[in-house]
Amino acid sequence: MIHCTRALPFLILLVGVSCLGQDIQRFPPPDFESGYEFPVTTTPAPRAGTLNYLDVAVLFMALSLASYLALIKRSRQGIFALTIFSLLYFGFYREGCVCSIGAIQNVTLALFDPSYSVPFTVAVFFFLPLLFALFFGRVFCAGVCPLGAIQDMMLIRPVKIPHWLLPALGLLAYLYLGVAILFAATGSAFIICEYDPFVTFFRLAGNRNIVILGISLLVISLFVGRPYCLFLCPYGVLLHHFTRLTQWQVTVSPNECLQCQLCEEACPFGAIDPPTPKGMPAPNKQDRFRLVFLILLVPIFIAVGGWVASLAADSFSRMHFTVRLAEQIAWEDASEVDKFTEASQVFRDTGQPKEALFQEARHVRDRFVLGAWILGGFLGLVIAGKLIGLSRYRIRSDYEINATDCLACGRCFSYCPQEIKRRRKSKSAPTVRQEAGNG
Amino acid sequence: MVSSNQEFTRRRLLKDGFRNVCILGIGGASGILMARGQTDQYCWQIDPQKCIACGNCATFCVLEESAVKCVQTYAMCGYCKLCTGFFDPAPNALNTGAENQLCPTGAIIRTFVEDPYYEYTIDESLCIGCGKCVKWCKAFGNGSFYLQVRHDRCVNCNQCAIAAACPSEAFQRVPADQPYLLKGTNHSG
Repeated sequence: MIHCTRALPFLILLVGVSCLGQDIQRFPPPDFESGYEFPVTTTPAPRAGTLNYLDVAVLFMALSLASYLALIKRSRQGIFALTIFSLLYFGFYREGCVCSIGAIQNVTLALFDPSYSVPFTVAVFFFLPLLFALFFGRVFCAGVCPLGAIQDMMLIRPVKIPHWLLPALGLLAYLYLGVAILFAATGSAFIICEYDPFVTFFRLAGNRNIVILGISLLVISLFVGRPYCLFLCPYGVLLHHFTRLTQWQVTVSPNECLQCQLCEEACPFGAIDPPTPKGMPAPNKQDRFRLVFLILLVPIFIAVGGWVASLAADSFSRMHFTVRLAEQIAWEDASEVDKFTEASQVFRDTGQPKEALFQEARHVRDRFVLGAWILGGFLGLVIAGKLIGLSRYRIRSDYEINATDCLACGRCFSYCPQEIKRRRKSKSAPTVRQEAGNG
Repeated sequence: MVSSNQEFTRRRLLKDGFRNVCILGIGGASGILMARGQTDQYCWQIDPQKCIACGNCATFCVLEESAVKCVQTYAMCGYCKLCTGFFDPAPNALNTGAENQLCPTGAIIRTFVEDPYYEYTIDESLCIGCGKCVKWCKAFGNGSFYLQVRHDRCVNCNQCAIAAACPSEAFQRVPADQPYLLKGTNHSG
């Protein structure tokens, strides 16, 4: 045993820092004569597994209740109360994790990486709201999602967003979904979780930039209804398309529409479409030609999208640890720096062959090139789909809720004169009607 | 009127069909994913063999006070009088004065056991997970100090912020029924 203070710097010189990495039993543990016994290292258990089933149960109950409140009870107050509960439970109590939006990445990773098995809770959180969307529409958005809840409560002075701007900004969500899936499938990062704007509020702690992002979004949501849900939410994209097949959907009024336009004014999400104007001409030859032309253009959109995205494949691939490390090491070797980064130093200390690392990085990059082509093709298809959707001729005789965009918040109910009349008159009127399928 | 009615039916039929396909798809996909997984849940843990005690754990955790703390495997510890994990590399004196300690928060408790042995215990309420003691213990001692995610504190984020910042890929998902990667106790003493 060394007793002298001065010995320590010498000791440092002697042993050197190079032995980081493996444990060396330099000093044999003592044989105690005083009967001392080694204390045991404590291992506090993580959150009990049974509580995860509680989360699943709460999710199911909340989704059922949201469906009931939006479709049968038709109560904005009820939905609002459920929203507060979800914000408290899934938001502040569960601190934003587990969440359906982030679960996209776990499911993706599980599909592409056989060694990763998705936890039961996460799978349920991913699939259950989609299943509900097939029957009741986006009731998850209405009262269950804590991210939606926190924004919904901020909305005090809704500003009308121009109708042409909504689908354009909505493309961002597809981009976000595609990129998130690309990064999750390649095992690079879970960006939806990293850039979750509101989780810092739920945890009352977190990265400064994310706090700024969250505050900005909350300020925007004072005027624009749920900006994250409308323009960014990747899970919203999935719910949007599953809701196309919904069996039942929210209606403004179960009775005849008076075409008073009040509901359209009331909807902060632009989800209520006005009736077709009286003087609107029927589609002519030119309109039909444009539609056919756009449909024929779809493969070109896909190809161009894929090509453009493949240009970014190299930048994307740097999100992967191995690629970053390989590039760093190659750069350090080429420019003969004498100070390595921590990651590079760790790799060098392990003494693994660099060629194997470069090989793996190339392999990852190849996967990114393929992934970027698919991502770009997907985005091209989405843009083409939006254009085709805009060129389609639809006839609406009344103000109708567009189920795929409707977040089932229930704001429009109390604006409809027919609904007010119905509420006064009787409680037994039929409230849910089979979706007529004219969307 | 008839034609529109027919269209209505065809549309309904297609929609119902697609919906059933989707339900089957959801069922199938969740079945496949479930069949693979035996673990009910994962949590994050640090592989002490890969950890380089860079200090990121103290700053990158989403919690104000990191969920990563130093732990001590007593059976590996040398019980040194001059503990390189405890004392500053150039101490003024070998006593427990704060200026002589390596730990910035004084979270290591040094207790006399018997001459010349001292026990070193981590006060987890003070430890910030900076890993300074870990680095020096590993470099010049037995490496019985090492960092672990403490699951009474960890909120188990889907994407651990420290894992994303870890330079040595020491963070990994481990099954929740074996949530710690403790160092072995394979010493002869």
